[in-house]
Amino acid sequence: MALLKIHEPGQTPLPHEDERQLAVGIDLGTTNSVVAISNDEKPEVLRDKSGGTAIVPSVVYYGEGADPVVGEAAREQINSHADRVVSSVKRLMGRGLADVKSIAGTLPYHVEVPSEEATQSGEPMMVRLNVGDRVLTPVEVSADILRALRARAEESLEKPVEKAVITVPAYFDDGARTATKDAAKLAGIEVLRLVNEPTAAALAYGLDNGAEGLYAVYDLGGGTFDISLLKMQKGVFQVKATGGDTALGGDDFDHAIAEHLLAERKDSGTVDSLDASDAKRLLQTARKVKESLTGADSTDITVSLGGADSTHTMTRATFEAMIAKLILRTITITEQVLDDADILADDVKGVVLVGGSTRVPAVRKAVAELFEQEPLSNIDPDEVVALGAALQAEALTGGSDNLLLDVTPLSLGLETMGGIVEKVIDRNTPIPVAKAQEFTTYQDGQSAMMIHVVQGEREMVDQCRSLARFALTGIPSMAAGAARIKVTFNVDADGLLTVSAREETTGTEQEVAVKPTYGINEIDMANMLRESMMHAREDMEMRLLTEARVEARRNILAVQAAINVDRPLLERQDEDNIMAAIAKLEAAMSGEDRDLINQQAEALEDASRPFAEARMDSRIRQALAGRNVDQVNEFGS
Amino acid sequence: MHSVSNTGISETRTAEHPQHAVCWSCKGPVAASALFCDTCHAIQPPGQLDHFTRFGLNRDFIIDLDAIEATYLKQQQLLHPDRFASKSPREQALSSQQAATLNGAFETLKNPVARAEYLLRLAGEEPEGGEGHTVNDPALLMEAMEMREALHDAVDRATIDTMIKDTRKQARACEQDVADALAQNAYDRAKKLTTRLRYLMKMTEEARAKKSRLAAA
Ligand SMILES: [Zn+2]
Repeated sequence: MALLKIHEPGQTPLPHEDERQLAVGIDLGTTNSVVAISNDEKPEVLRDKSGGTAIVPSVVYYGEGADPVVGEAAREQINSHADRVVSSVKRLMGRGLADVKSIAGTLPYHVEVPSEEATQSGEPMMVRLNVGDRVLTPVEVSADILRALRARAEESLEKPVEKAVITVPAYFDDGARTATKDAAKLAGIEVLRLVNEPTAAALAYGLDNGAEGLYAVYDLGGGTFDISLLKMQKGVFQVKATGGDTALGGDDFDHAIAEHLLAERKDSGTVDSLDASDAKRLLQTARKVKESLTGADSTDITVSLGGADSTHTMTRATFEAMIAKLILRTITITEQVLDDADILADDVKGVVLVGGSTRVPAVRKAVAELFEQEPLSNIDPDEVVALGAALQAEALTGGSDNLLLDVTPLSLGLETMGGIVEKVIDRNTPIPVAKAQEFTTYQDGQSAMMIHVVQGEREMVDQCRSLARFALTGIPSMAAGAARIKVTFNVDADGLLTVSAREETTGTEQEVAVKPTYGINEIDMANMLRESMMHAREDMEMRLLTEARVEARRNILAVQAAINVDRPLLERQDEDNIMAAIAKLEAAMSGEDRDLINQQAEALEDASRPFAEARMDSRIRQALAGRNVDQVNEFGS
Repeated sequence: MHSVSNTGISETRTAEHPQHAVCWSCKGPVAASALFCDTCHAIQPPGQLDHFTRFGLNRDFIIDLDAIEATYLKQQQLLHPDRFASKSPREQALSSQQAATLNGAFETLKNPVARAEYLLRLAGEEPEGGEGHTVNDPALLMEAMEMREALHDAVDRATIDTMIKDTRKQARACEQDVADALAQNAYDRAKKLTTRLRYLMKMTEEARAKKSRLAAA
């Protein structure tokens, strides 16, 4: 018999898979985005070809009949083509009608709010953006930004990049997380994990400084504020508590300045009626004012709108007075999070600053006062999140001694009688988590039950975000209160929720599982995928092929491991069959035929069945022999 | 003999020998409590271990939280989905189940009220219900009402801080009483004390919430 080589477990050389695929870390920010890669726990940001900045402005220009342009080049189009430039789209990710009403006015482009009719027809509708002659969803715009980041990474690394860890604000709800994952799908990126931005930042600092203890991460970006408390011990980063505001950030500082400038013009007799283009230019001016007041005590500004120029002087003190309320809000939220976690500001060993808006001196001062220490800032606050994401991408593909343990940022619950929310999973619960709660019917013979899943901290349903509604039907006829409906919530490591419901008293197993929708249903998503990526199908097929190979390899290793342990139980004939099956499976694995791989994997399972049975029998015989001893011991104790 | 109930054991456990299961990966024998198969090292489903056994503890109310946390972190290092990102979908799913079960067990043991109720259930006793149920202990109701009124009247953070400290002290004493009652198998007393402990914890929480509301205003 030709001897087949048996490899050590974990060392089977296989084609295709051994080459670790490159995985990058992406900080998909409201104002700016950054992509980074890590090797040997040394992360670095990827810069443009000229070795310039790592920052890619999260701005997309949709020229007539042309491919979208992303980044600085898109930002330069704001003056000439304001109606074709989209910025701050992250604020709309996973947002529906209700949120848009409150933030639409603060956005520099036209947002198409879904009609009441369309909204009432059932599913929540996602907003659409009117950009020149196109109608786009926020998911598509985000996908364009991600494509640009992917292209930058591939150009810089000179290799294909298909996997990434993408960061999201800790406070992002389920809808916004799903929307982010969908955007990545559209951009042809497999998301290894969604990681919360503050957690990523802490990871970058933690590994850098090798520090153990409690850390606070204060993250003030363009559009969002997050505060997280993390404990680092023995290589594990545990998120203890998070809090924040999805509609508070440096953009609000810009708005405050812009409004101040407009008020001054009005005082001197200039009445402005701003169009989209004016508004964008004014906001750009405001941003420059903010940036110069980071270093200077005072700055001079010229505003030219509608042919009327005006000059202004703004001092840092004036600016700080304008934003004092906004900063105080972040400090209040921080105090609440500390309280929630039962942690005193003194217990915090270090404070990490993240986000460009933490460059504002008044922000730093407020944070330093609260924690009675100077915040850490030796890593660029614009890059730290991407660096942490890159570290996590490396950990997920190449292994690591460090582990991130994250939590649910918001409570998850169900609507009960009277529109009251019954919480099933509290906020700040470590993930992944699975929790079940029992409910019952309130009418005799009730055959269906509406299950309404919500997210948020408030007690009334209409004050929380609605994630999903579905009906559990086919409940057998029973008296009111007799049925036992078990509703199970599962939150995975990405923070994404799946809900299932089941009637338990009778044998009837009726189970419904839903993924919350966020305004784009699966059909829309499939259509967008088809349109945007002709190779979507092949990509999918490729992924399934890789999975089949991974599974087949595991199969072979498992059988080989069993042979190493229980060789005496292996009959000669069975061994021959197993070896032959392994050879055939390995041959199939080097090919591209997924069905053949699965078929040969099954054949291997069949061939090794007699051996598996022999192993089980032997163990049970041993157990029976040992049982008497156990019983004696238990009596004795 | 142990009185661990084996109801709902997953189908991979052999019927006659609940302490043995079949490894889904190599099809060989594996201990029912094993996280990984000894032979092929594949991750196993979480099974039906009670939380105390999962953490290698006796069923006592008094526990060493630091030691439990150390065990928790050690197990999460092995079981968390991040460790299985490049494994097969089945292994990823099992890791997610294991990590969720571990998280659930840790959360239950960490929280004294949840821990007491869990011990009562393990002993076959139904604890006095949660929020929806009415409590008919007049002394406790009176105590709770007085605390609520005091909290309602408090207008400055210092007063509330004193209240929080005071309530915490009472909660710690109550925890000790719960521990004693459970140790003596005095389940009815343990149930009553657990309800009181729940009230005290809730009051602390409400006081903290009011404190942050005052800070925000
Ligand atoms: Zn095995």
